Amino acid sequence: MGGLVEPRAIGTSLQRIDGAAKATGTAPYAYEQPVTDPLYLHAVQAGIARGRVTAIDTATAEALPGVAAVLTHYNAPRLASDQDRELWVLQSSEVAFRGQFVAAVIAETSEIARHAAELVKVSYLELSHDSELRAHRDGFHTGTADGDVDTALASAAVRIDQTYTTPMEHNNPMEPHTTVAVWESIGGTDRLTLYDSTQGVFKVRHVLAPVFGLDPQRIRVVAPYVGGGFGSKGMPHAHNVLAGLAAQVVPGRPVKYALTRQQMFALAGYRSPTIQRIALGADADGRLSVIAHDVIEQTSRIKEYVEDSAAPTRMMYAAPNRRTTRRLERLDVAVPFWMRAPGVAPGMFAGECAMDELAIACGLDPIELRVRNEPATDPETGNPWSGRHLIACLHEGARRFGWHHRDPTPGIRRQGCWLVGSGVAAATYPHHAWPGSTATVSFRHGRYLVRIGAVDIGTGSWTALTQIAADALTCPVGSVELELGDTDLPTATIAAGSSGITSWGTTIVETARTFRDKYGPDPSDGDEVQATMPDNPDADHYAMHSFGAQFAEVRINADTGEIRVSRMLGVFSLGRVINPRTTRSQLLGGMTMGLSMALHEQSIVDHRFGHVINHDLAGYHIATHADVADMDASWLDEHDPHSNPMGSRGAGEIGIVGAAAAIANAVHHATGIRIRDLPITADKLQR
Amino acid sequence: MIPFEYQRATDADSAVAALAARPRAVFLGGGTNLVDHLKLGLLRPDLLIDVSRLPFDTIDALPGGGVRIGAMVRNSDLATHALIRRRYPMLAQAVLAGASGQLRNLATTGGNLLQRTRCRYFLDVTTPCNKREPGAGCSAIDGHNRDAAVLGASEQCVATHPSDMAVALAALDAVIQVHGPDGTRAIPLTELYRLPGNEPARDTMLRHGELITAVELPDLPIAARSTYRKVRDRASYAFALVSVAAAVDIADDVIRDTRIALGGLAHQPWRATRAEELLRGAPATQDVFRAAADAELAPARPLAHNAFKVPMAANTLVAVLRDLTTRDS
Amino acid sequence: MHAEITLRVDGQTRVLTVDTRTTLLDALRERLGVMSPKKGCDHGQCGTCTVLLNGRRVITCLSLAVAQDGADIITAEGLGDGEALHPVAQAFLDHDALQCGYCTPGQICSAVGMLAEAAEGWPSHVTTDVATGTIELDGEEIRERMSGNLCRCGAYVNIVAAIRQAAAQSDR
Repeated sequence: MGGLVEPRAIGTSLQRIDGAAKATGTAPYAYEQPVTDPLYLHAVQAGIARGRVTAIDTATAEALPGVAAVLTHYNAPRLASDQDRELWVLQSSEVAFRGQFVAAVIAETSEIARHAAELVKVSYLELSHDSELRAHRDGFHTGTADGDVDTALASAAVRIDQTYTTPMEHNNPMEPHTTVAVWESIGGTDRLTLYDSTQGVFKVRHVLAPVFGLDPQRIRVVAPYVGGGFGSKGMPHAHNVLAGLAAQVVPGRPVKYALTRQQMFALAGYRSPTIQRIALGADADGRLSVIAHDVIEQTSRIKEYVEDSAAPTRMMYAAPNRRTTRRLERLDVAVPFWMRAPGVAPGMFAGECAMDELAIACGLDPIELRVRNEPATDPETGNPWSGRHLIACLHEGARRFGWHHRDPTPGIRRQGCWLVGSGVAAATYPHHAWPGSTATVSFRHGRYLVRIGAVDIGTGSWTALTQIAADALTCPVGSVELELGDTDLPTATIAAGSSGITSWGTTIVETARTFRDKYGPDPSDGDEVQATMPDNPDADHYAMHSFGAQFAEVRINADTGEIRVSRMLGVFSLGRVINPRTTRSQLLGGMTMGLSMALHEQSIVDHRFGHVINHDLAGYHIATHADVADMDASWLDEHDPHSNPMGSRGAGEIGIVGAAAAIANAVHHATGIRIRDLPITADKLQR
Repeated sequence: MIPFEYQRATDADSAVAALAARPRAVFLGGGTNLVDHLKLGLLRPDLLIDVSRLPFDTIDALPGGGVRIGAMVRNSDLATHALIRRRYPMLAQAVLAGASGQLRNLATTGGNLLQRTRCRYFLDVTTPCNKREPGAGCSAIDGHNRDAAVLGASEQCVATHPSDMAVALAALDAVIQVHGPDGTRAIPLTELYRLPGNEPARDTMLRHGELITAVELPDLPIAARSTYRKVRDRASYAFALVSVAAAVDIADDVIRDTRIALGGLAHQPWRATRAEELLRGAPATQDVFRAAADAELAPARPLAHNAFKVPMAANTLVAVLRDLTTRDS
Repeated sequence: MHAEITLRVDGQTRVLTVDTRTTLLDALRERLGVMSPKKGCDHGQCGTCTVLLNGRRVITCLSLAVAQDGADIITAEGLGDGEALHPVAQAFLDHDALQCGYCTPGQICSAVGMLAEAAEGWPSHVTTDVATGTIELDGEEIRERMSGNLCRCGAYVNIVAAIRQAAAQSDR
């Protein structure tokens, strides 16, 4: 690897390179890319949860002036591959979930398209559906096991055995999923250009190429600015295919399609609801002897997706008797997908609430419980940690938060009409390095042009990677120009899994070093090299995870039960922080999403119909300004010697982990009421 | 959305006449409710008559001591007006508790009164709703009804009225001035709205073609000691779970007079007449407050998911009365 | 049905013919190529489409373009003086009050409008005594007044800090 990069620009708070363009609204997102003479798409969605389309009457819609075409499974172009049933759009009469695409109108204006869509009449053969995740059902459990959980639990001095539930949640980035598709036939060859809102331009190309039967090189995907994704834009979804099909039917004219906010609740992925049973057994001193985590989650019948909520349990704490199991229910529901910290966020909610309950049962301070159970090596692999500093985070956070004055007795603190309480929880997120990225570095007129097809979805990658390139080239930041977000650039992995900086940064460091090896400190105009991400020889020998401590203070109105989070503090261990300014923003953003997860978010499915009925931002609450009072995030001053050449680990998702548990634990401390079901709302605290 | 004509009204008479002549015409105020509903496909008018610039955009003191609020006054102008803030603070607070700054800058007084329920089944044209389509059924009664009414509902509809402003106006004995094809009339706010009964499609007693031109508040000295308390899931920008508008006149620890209305509980703002009766002349004690609140909520009929509204409303009312009777005058 | 309207947008007079169903947001974005206000929900629930209209902050997705004939509109793009960023926008950069940037133009327009409202003495839901005239724009007031602008990236803490900086600067 060539050793760690000497940090000079790394570690400084460079202002976002894309800041001014975003602040003035001139940075073009997918729908805003200038195109000539576009058409507009409005989709028709299935009104049943399971069955078949038996007829579609499009005559009235087609007759509306300004309508270019109405697509249905009867007339849509044929796709080349049915391997991914989520992407098998308008190819059969089958309806697999309520809200699935069954038709699309392409028209000269969005008003005409919407009007025409209302005129499309779909007839169905409706079959009975099952959309409800239930705890008591037969099913096959997969899992891991050490020792004998049941026997050890029965004989443990202290036992916690509880069920925790988290609801369906939707990522709801502020920018809806959007594709502007142009299908052209140039010299007899079909080409598809997509201005897309995506976490990975190359992922879109690679996934869609076989679907459309196109050589991947014939698909160009452009995404210089993306308005958030939080996992939901990590792969193409049905809307990408629908826009591509529409573009095929009107070759040469761009088709603009942004999902409506309502449509995002059926067609952009979501976090599965979870039913999690956690059993903990400990001796009288709080040392864990048993850890069991049994998870029930759902997926669509047409595509398997696993939320894996038991994953963090396998590495957080050690015990001689451990078990994790998972049951994945296939239901007549929309296709779930990644949402910030998949598996880890819901799993750590359950796990860190259970640890709080165990601490109370043992008569221990919750931080002391973690101190007594801090594993020296990774319980899952047995490997040494590349850097596990959870306890340092807890101690630092306790100091800053004022934890040591805390009386653990629940329900006794009152300020006016507010009950006050505080809680703590651990956070973790695995270090991901995904291979396959390539970068080029070239020199011209005193500047180094770094090109890599990565995407900045708001994480600040554009800025951080510029800093990394500058230090790897040992040149000033101002001499580096970074190009991102286009498949015309070298291939890159997706912005997901908190892997971006590691994967792309490692690639850029390798490319920069290769450049210097070849051209030295004084290159000539036109000098250029390309390199791919090298493997990390330490990857199999060290357990690489980030950790953190989440603290929350809550106030509960004694008259109404309203819950407000008055203070939150996160202290994290992230290795070296590339850009403190943007990293702090990522952490605060994750913590805010964790607050929202704790108190506000819930996608409500009416199982008689099978769809999410609170399918807009008035019904699906996310935290507003007024919900976020005093919140701060900080980190330990450290670097990871094994993770990557920058000494860093990812920071994009860990902020949400443990936040909801800290809040739930604080609610218990304030009221004596233990809520094990998210979101925690005033009605659950009514007396 | 079907294509529609757009006309800007120049005076109330012609606006009313134009609407009365076209059964599928509607008035357009600030648009914050109507345009939302057009996009959802809840209604398909073929003519929008924009009344937002009619000269009903002032707030004036009335000779008798009351106040007239023009129907086209924007919500934010209503909430910041000195007369309202000083003499009827619960009304300013109620308006400020609703929506967002941007929405309040657009929404009109008339439009706020006439906004429709936020019941999710009403807003979703793919789920049966008697309010939208008489006879189709009510999806909320056996569905998700956390937001639904606990008072005054019927077997056909359990929707609630979402306006905060209307709750305060109900407590203040507001009177609505209406201009129609047959002339003008005055409707007490408490008689403007309907309970759903067997005709949930009709939210109000207004006839097609009638235009609200003003809201008049009586001279009400006790309103100077009033408040609006809204309980909701988020700290802001959310509809009420329950809300309380209350004014209290207290002397020597005895309640001389009171006005109370409750929101989030019914198809209309709920004037708490039973509680008011029990409170007038009674000592201002916790027990008296509790008895009055419980009496007002005794007829409540909770559904599967909204039973919490009953203790929440009672507790909130008790807390509001406590706060109003212990603060400095 | 169509109508010809005139809008003044970021200092430029624009004449256009619109379908009466076209919202002001779509007129700006699709007909005039003014992309600064953004579409986050199209139903008035997120605030990303906020602009200043005749000096007041409003959302544009629930306004019909025909109903705003003659309006004077300033978007986040038109807030600066052509050379420098508007002080609120600069404060946003100084405090990293943005991440993905999609809600940012709406946040900035909303903040500019909100500061003007507070300067006029408009009370808010959290103003302790709604009857008195003076408004102290502390963190709680700013948060309440900005709650019509959602940010899924969770930049709230920094947005409030940026607005406080801008408010303090304009006080001097």
